[in-house]
Amino acid sequence: MTLKSESIGLVKQQYFTFAEPPNELKLDSGKTLGPITIAYETYGELNADKSNAILVVHALSGDAHAAGFHEGDKNPGWWDDLIGPNKALDTGRYFVICSNIIGGCKGSTGPSSINPKTGKPYALDFPIITIGDMVRAQKHLIDYLGIRKLLCVVGGSVGGMQVLQWVASYPKSVQSAIPIATAAKHSPQQIAFDEVGRQAVMADPAWNQGNYYDSSKPERGLAVARMIGHITYMSDKSMEEKFSRKLKDKDYSFKFTTDFEVEGYLRYRGDNFVKRFDANSYLYITKAMDYFDLSGAKLIPKDKSIDVRFLVISFKSDWLYPSYQSQDIVRQLKIRGVDATYCEINSTYGHDAFLLEVEEETRLIKHFLKKTFHGYNIAR
Amino acid sequence: MSQHASLDYRIITEIVEPGSKVLDLGCGNGELLYLLAKEKSAVVQGIELSDEAIYQCVEKGLSVFHSDIDSGLTEYPDKSFDYVVLNQSLQEVKKIDFVMDEALRVGKKAVIGFSNFAHIQARFMMFFRGKAPITKSLPYRWFDTPNVRFLSISDFKDYCAVKGFKILQVRYLGKEKEVRLWPNLLALNAIFVIQK
Repeated sequence: MTLKSESIGLVKQQYFTFAEPPNELKLDSGKTLGPITIAYETYGELNADKSNAILVVHALSGDAHAAGFHEGDKNPGWWDDLIGPNKALDTGRYFVICSNIIGGCKGSTGPSSINPKTGKPYALDFPIITIGDMVRAQKHLIDYLGIRKLLCVVGGSVGGMQVLQWVASYPKSVQSAIPIATAAKHSPQQIAFDEVGRQAVMADPAWNQGNYYDSSKPERGLAVARMIGHITYMSDKSMEEKFSRKLKDKDYSFKFTTDFEVEGYLRYRGDNFVKRFDANSYLYITKAMDYFDLSGAKLIPKDKSIDVRFLVISFKSDWLYPSYQSQDIVRQLKIRGVDATYCEINSTYGHDAFLLEVEEETRLIKHFLKKTFHGYNIAR
Repeated sequence: MSQHASLDYRIITEIVEPGSKVLDLGCGNGELLYLLAKEKSAVVQGIELSDEAIYQCVEKGLSVFHSDIDSGLTEYPDKSFDYVVLNQSLQEVKKIDFVMDEALRVGKKAVIGFSNFAHIQARFMMFFRGKAPITKSLPYRWFDTPNVRFLSISDFKDYCAVKGFKILQVRYLGKEKEVRLWPNLLALNAIFVIQK
């Protein structure tokens, strides 16, 4: 029986502030940060024993708005296909939380936030943060919500790194983990793409060493960074299917204007991105991704035993986070005897697949969660 | 015990002690593992290559790795499982020696189930009709069979002797029940429990 999946309707962002001086958050770099505000949204109801909470962690350009609609918006949250009544993350059963990462620019404290010491945006005075720091901040939010153990932490790409970090940092606070299209460490190729993106931002004169908040923003630089990003999110095949060599007009213009549809698409994506994203946040988050390394035995420290179920998902055509990186994660889980499922979804969408392969992900995640929550009896 | 389960699943479920840790290589849609988890409270893990089968395993609540059998075991520490099962998948394995050695490294025991190529029906087809055998347990034609290995019960016993594997138990399967007499001639399938 298939029940109708619906949207959860109108949702609202909430805020949680902690790490007020002198109790600032200690960061991996040795520096401190505080006060910290975290923007978050929740969907569904937390049950009486607080055992049905799922934390959704977002990717590079994501935010706390994962599902439902904000007042007046036409488009729902970024993972609305998977979160809602009768969807993979069924809000009729589970209490779903999504928060904006620190260092971001969607309501949580980041380089564009006001530095209380100066009364001006932090810009490059914002300390370098790591994936570990992002998760440390999320733990404060989860504690504040009174949740001792999360039923699941789930996310794709940089979200997947946060999932792994949750297991490494707080194994006792996680019952299950779903890292999607991610890696235990950034490869030189991934670092290289990030560095090109950062250089594009920093080469824009408007960037001005990060001090652009009261002048014009480094829009060209950030747009180029985003264009490069989008190429790496697609696959050769998905680009062929989407654009081929289709022209915007009937014939070549014999000028350096946008002749091809793919050029128009990338420019549109780039221009759109700068309206909603802070260039400095882009630098900080990509740096955190590059520093991330839970490869080998680091994922599960030798002296710790863990009782976390894993569902590891990769996509066949994803060349930015290739399947072998997910298989590396799985290898560690096998070595440590961790209960795990691994599936490589047959998709042509490239890295973007984690936002697009809704049906396949739903089949896997929905049942995996049911088993985690109820055991075998309900699963069938 | 579920009466709907096929004979080989019922026999393997009989063999496995309650609470055992079981790894099924080529677990298909996970029916056997589900039975072992439900009936014997076994802690189960599957390895399977087919996409669709993976989804069906997850739907049953099973843990499964999307991988081929030939490369799936290296990471497991020695004796990680009480049983490693290869039921109707040995015939499709390319590197037999490697997989068998690995199965008996990561498993304390191995349960090997395969179709008997020397079943009387197969012998008739070869001998009188001069054709590649098609039987109840080997239903494929030469051009669509997934099997790359064709072995009889006697062949497997010889193999165990050569490899020094100890045969702890053998069960011979007919169409609906077990076969006692002349198994290499009358059994369609065999299930061996072996140890290194």
